[in-house]
Amino acid sequence: MSTKLSSITKKKTSEKKFTPRIVVFACNWCSYAGADNAGVSRIQYSPNFRIIRTMCSGRVTPGMVLKAFKLGADGVLVSGCHLGDCHYIFGNHRAIENFERTQAIIKTLGLEEGRLRLEWVSAAEGPRFGQLIDEFVGEVTKLGPSPLNNSNRRK
Amino acid sequence: MDTTTAYLKKNRVFNCLECGKCTAVCPISRFNGTYSPRRFASRGIFYGSGDIGKDNLLWSCLTCKQCSLVCPANVNYSEFMRDARVEARAMGFSGNPSHSGALHYIMEMTASPDLKQQRTGWITEDLKTCKEGEILFFVGCLPYYQDFFSKDLDFSPIDIAKDSIKILNHLGIVPVVLEDERCCGHDFYWSGDLENFMKLAELNLKEFEKAGVKTIVTACPEGALTLKKLYPEQFGAVSYSVLHLSELIAENLDKFKLNEIKSRITFQDPCRLGRYLDIYEAPRKVMSAIPGAQFREMQRSGKKAVCCGTSAWTNCDSYSKQIQSWRLKEAKGVGADILVTACPKCQIHFRCANKNEENGKNIDIEIQDLVSLFASALA
Ligand code: SF4
Ligand code: SF4
Ligand code: FES
Repeated sequence: MSTKLSSITKKKTSEKKFTPRIVVFACNWCSYAGADNAGVSRIQYSPNFRIIRTMCSGRVTPGMVLKAFKLGADGVLVSGCHLGDCHYIFGNHRAIENFERTQAIIKTLGLEEGRLRLEWVSAAEGPRFGQLIDEFVGEVTKLGPSPLNNSNRRK
Repeated sequence: MDTTTAYLKKNRVFNCLECGKCTAVCPISRFNGTYSPRRFASRGIFYGSGDIGKDNLLWSCLTCKQCSLVCPANVNYSEFMRDARVEARAMGFSGNPSHSGALHYIMEMTASPDLKQQRTGWITEDLKTCKEGEILFFVGCLPYYQDFFSKDLDFSPIDIAKDSIKILNHLGIVPVVLEDERCCGHDFYWSGDLENFMKLAELNLKEFEKAGVKTIVTACPEGALTLKKLYPEQFGAVSYSVLHLSELIAENLDKFKLNEIKSRITFQDPCRLGRYLDIYEAPRKVMSAIPGAQFREMQRSGKKAVCCGTSAWTNCDSYSKQIQSWRLKEAKGVGADILVTACPKCQIHFRCANKNEENGKNIDIEIQDLVSLFASALA
């Protein structure tokens, strides 16, 4: 887990234009399959994100999201099954609780609320997944680099 | 001399007589038979840091200093654990952080100089604060605890800060509250992460200087210890003095008019306030000044007080819970309705344990911060 996350957020090139690096947590049963669906259907969308598969969106603790931000992620998207569809019944309700807590912390830390998002994507919603990523990438690009993103720091 | 030998020497571990008194009083050993400070001391001597560094139990010590008080050889056990953790970190170990490390990540993020926190949103209009001046109220982690714990534990940690300001205002003090105060670094220090501790300390010291601070008041014993003792240890003399709010209230008791609070109360001495800072009298004075409140002492109180069971947000486990339940039952046993503590973390830990069910019932005792109790009595 730790090596995975840090390799995602590590600096790759010394690009001039800001291209956000986004971490996506997707649940195994719906959202990850939704992302697969987008790929299988050859939908074209922004490549600025790295996806981490979790068994359920309820598994994504505030600690995991905060770690991504600590390592310099410009945005984090947590994605699960639609309400009522969670394969562990109440997992995504837990995800909402966790999300609200993390959102509050992010705000206190002085990061913009828009850097963290919670979405529901089903296995059949490939196109929607692509659209969502495009939208989020656009939003985070507007916000600019996270103050914790060292590779984008201009001094 | 290699580093292990150096820190064993510095903390007088070689003097250990293997008497086992430390293990006899250690709250962790009481419930977790596999943990023994005596054994750790001998293992340090015989096998060095490699052996103890690999052991996950190294992170279970609460650094509560209970053992050092009874040690006939004057072994500085908690500092020994801290030094061993610095070494263990260098070997790539870091214990089991609780809450998937969330609190550690928050603390680490606040060590980034580019961050502009939004941590003063709780200051309502009735609370008078300022940006520059001689007296500073150090808020500590309360805004983050508010975000993280308030829903699960049905209480509002930030109220401790609000009540503190209320009390200060009552004394005619309009304290500085820093827009960009950082975590004090206490937990990094005790879990052996000196790098982050130093970063935070430097940022804080700069802010204190900028605001022209001469006196720092805080409601958090860990913050008080860190600012008062640990910063000067690392940076030499500092230009401010530090008071725990209970000391300030105790000195000025004649300036308050108090309403009656009819209840029986007892007090949990936080280890940093008691055994580390030697403040035992002030909180008791504050509590006995409240009319109607009957103060009852627990058997293990003052110097002998039992720690709240977890420290530095690491290795919180079933043994921690057992320590906490044991302590809550002790408080209930003296007939107290309210267990008063002077540390936000003690309250968080006890509130969590208070939800535990044993035989289908929870212990169910009210837990309150000293500052909030006092503020609620203000006429
Ligand atoms: S400092 Fe406290 S927890 Fe650690 S060994 Fe001593 S008594 Fe036990
Ligand atoms: S109390 Fe002191 S001398 Fe006795 S075993 Fe513990 S560390 Fe050694
Ligand atoms: S399995 Fe998809 S949200 Fe729980």
